[in-house]
Amino acid sequence: MGFEAKQLWKLALGPALLLMSAIARAVGDDEVSDINIDPGATAIGHAVYDLHMVILIICVIIGILVFGVMFYSIIYHRKSRGVTPATFHESTKVEIAWTVVPFFILIAMAVPATSTLLNIYDNDTAELDVVITGYQWKWKYEYLSKDGENVSFFSQLRTPQSEIRNSEAKGEHYLLEVDEPLVLPVDTKVRFLVTANDVIHSWWVPRLSVKRDAIPGFINEVSTLPTKVGVYRGQCAELCGKNHGFMPIVVNVVSKEDYATWYNAKQAEAAQIKELMAKNFTLDELMVRGKTVYDSSCLACHGANGEGGLGKPIAGSPVATGDIKRHLDVGIKGVPGTAMQAFGAQLNDVDMAAVITYQRNAFGNNMGDMAQPIDVYNHKKG
Amino acid sequence: MGDHHHGDHHHGPAKGIGRWLFTTNHKDIGTMYLWLSFAMFILGGTFAMIIRAELFQPGLQLVEPQFFNQMTTLHGLVMVFGAIMPSFVGLANWLIPMMIGAPDMALPRMNNWSFWILPPTFLLLASTLFMEGGAPAAGWTFYAPLSTTYAGPSVTYFIFCVHVLGLSSIMGSINIIATVMNMRAPGMTYMKMPLFVWTWLITAFLLVAVMPVLAGAVTMMLMDVHFGTSFFSAAGGGDPVLFQHIFWFFGHPEVYIIILPAFGVVSQIIPAFSRKPLFGYDSMVYATASIAFLSFIVWAHHMYTVGMPVAGELFFMYATMLIAVPTGVKVFNWVSTMWRGALSFETPMLFCIGFLVLFTIGGFTGLMLSIAPSDFQYHDSYFVVAHFHYVMVAGAVFSMTAAIYFWLPKWCGRMYNETMGKTHFWISFIGFNLTFFPQHFVGLAGMPRRIPDYALQFADFNMMSSIGAFIYGASQILFLYNVIATIVAGKPVSDKKVWDGAEGLEWTVATPAPYHTFETPPKIDPAHAHS
Repeated sequence: MGFEAKQLWKLALGPALLLMSAIARAVGDDEVSDINIDPGATAIGHAVYDLHMVILIICVIIGILVFGVMFYSIIYHRKSRGVTPATFHESTKVEIAWTVVPFFILIAMAVPATSTLLNIYDNDTAELDVVITGYQWKWKYEYLSKDGENVSFFSQLRTPQSEIRNSEAKGEHYLLEVDEPLVLPVDTKVRFLVTANDVIHSWWVPRLSVKRDAIPGFINEVSTLPTKVGVYRGQCAELCGKNHGFMPIVVNVVSKEDYATWYNAKQAEAAQIKELMAKNFTLDELMVRGKTVYDSSCLACHGANGEGGLGKPIAGSPVATGDIKRHLDVGIKGVPGTAMQAFGAQLNDVDMAAVITYQRNAFGNNMGDMAQPIDVYNHKKG
Repeated sequence: MGDHHHGDHHHGPAKGIGRWLFTTNHKDIGTMYLWLSFAMFILGGTFAMIIRAELFQPGLQLVEPQFFNQMTTLHGLVMVFGAIMPSFVGLANWLIPMMIGAPDMALPRMNNWSFWILPPTFLLLASTLFMEGGAPAAGWTFYAPLSTTYAGPSVTYFIFCVHVLGLSSIMGSINIIATVMNMRAPGMTYMKMPLFVWTWLITAFLLVAVMPVLAGAVTMMLMDVHFGTSFFSAAGGGDPVLFQHIFWFFGHPEVYIIILPAFGVVSQIIPAFSRKPLFGYDSMVYATASIAFLSFIVWAHHMYTVGMPVAGELFFMYATMLIAVPTGVKVFNWVSTMWRGALSFETPMLFCIGFLVLFTIGGFTGLMLSIAPSDFQYHDSYFVVAHFHYVMVAGAVFSMTAAIYFWLPKWCGRMYNETMGKTHFWISFIGFNLTFFPQHFVGLAGMPRRIPDYALQFADFNMMSSIGAFIYGASQILFLYNVIATIVAGKPVSDKKVWDGAEGLEWTVATPAPYHTFETPPKIDPAHAHS
């Protein structure tokens, strides 16, 4: 078949090069691309980006060749031009050629793909281990410490409902902002141990080139080695229920010194909580701490003044003005089958005691009683 | 089949509703399948419009996230099981007997049954929307444990629906296999069968092989939900990833179940409007069989991120890449069929060319997705959404639309309005690309699929996508109007061939096709090549 191969090559290369340069320009060093994968902050990310571009360009070239032939036919082999159709309907040589040639193209693609994959799967020599646990609909990060306390905290969406419901203007990082980001040291290979508490989630940060499913009962390993300080944002990638679209990920990659400072502060905080566990708080102390906890953990559903919303009202609620044991139960274990989650694993015992006390004594619920950390501890033990 | 009813073998259809309820006529059943599938296409399309309307702008405007998830779930289920699959079964019913010179399907009563269990099933599935807790919301892939331990009560109805749909598909495919194997006219050897018959024969084997696997998966779900087992619950010693393996062992062949008959349709229509025989018939058959075989060993490419061992990733990556070879053969053959033909561009041909271009783009993105290391970036992003809509909509739906325009004049003896048909094509083509091309971009830029709200950098492309979706949706109303207008008042055609380039036994019977055709088998010219 007489394809005008040389002409087609010229035709093919022009647009392909244009497209390449357009995409390359769209990916500046600092700004995130709106139309393409971002190589991001890791060597693996760059390797993946290169692989992606090579295969894209091969596809574009093949596409231009095939469509070129097709459009040539459409233009020159029209019935309306009075052509007589040919009658050929097979050609063993051509058919073998277009079976074998693609096979070799595929092998050429498979080689870099295999080496990149093997690099991604290399989790050795990680200097830091972080356990990532997916919850409906937040992430828990736990730094496995070689000495002293493990540092652990929850990280959840910070965007207020008012922005989501369009009653307030949306901020710059709408839906991609969290209350407490994951903090990682730069130039350090980090191994993530990814799992989940309820359903399957998937931890995806495009610019760190990590996406790995968080599966209850399994621990998946994946690592990253960011070489640039910066803030990297991502989202849960596996449908995990109602608020799947509302569990973002933010990773702060900071200098090693900043990381050490941050980590020591978190460790000290953890140690302090331990000390506080044994302390007997006054009502005022609990109320002050409780308000902070309430605002970050309860307010979104129960309202700034305990008036309710997605959740039931706290003001005058039978739980908050009834038996304190039942109140502790609801706070720790949640209410199954409703949006009220179990906060027992998310709040430490001091914060739990404080928020329960706050709920019983704010919004006109003047119960006068309080829960101490030790009460929460004992209640959890049963 | 062979015995005569009171010596009268020219009886026409029965009168009234009974004709449709009790019919065993392959043409009646084909017609009912086609109308049901169009109704489901409109229903699934309505769900899609709700999804796109919510995604028109960032923020939550129209629906709550839980309802949004019900929409994405039902959209997928209804389109796959209600619109695309039954539409091709309808086409098979109409065409396979006429293409192989058989009087009817081999098992006509089962044929009636395999159709009539569908409407109540879809009614039941749609009714879950009004149940407490709403419709299933775990996606059309319904991964456990979101679809078991964490599902609403409607999941039980959903499981029942899937069982019945599987039953219908299995009966339908047994029927097709029996018909093709036993009822070909003398001289119609396998390698003379029209390609549409070939692709359906292979598809039917795929269906028989994998539908029971899906039934197994949902049965295990049922046990987990109601009978205290832990197949998919790690807490009880089970394995949530097992669900995905079983699901995709069904699910990957399923996508070929959808696309192979589409290949068949295109392989009939392109030669007709190129006025030239199909290029590489034999290699088309072998390529179809290879794709079917490969479809059984690539399932885990849907699961690259679950944390398989690297050897598993490599196996599934290589096997998946291989699919590009037979698929490429098909595309090259179609293009070569057009090469040096005498082309004309009636509506069916336009939709086939649309198919050829857009399906090939979907094939390229499929190849990109097969590359495991880059798939870690693409997986579960809008890039995947764009990819499978290029193969499902521009592949399956476009070819189905082409098929309707191509064979409708044969079926009802009336010609559709060509201008309206071409307008339908161009609006569809533009609407489709406006909807799904930008989704490649947002996917690569990091937008996950199945979210009701998104970050601000994705806003422009999503608005474009929504506008495209409304245009594509509206173009289907034109299609419906054109089809009804044709049936009711189209210009009568009586030419047996309808299209001057059409080849095959279905074009040798009268137009409109009589209620009974080939009561005596036709003679096949042994020298005559396949069509």
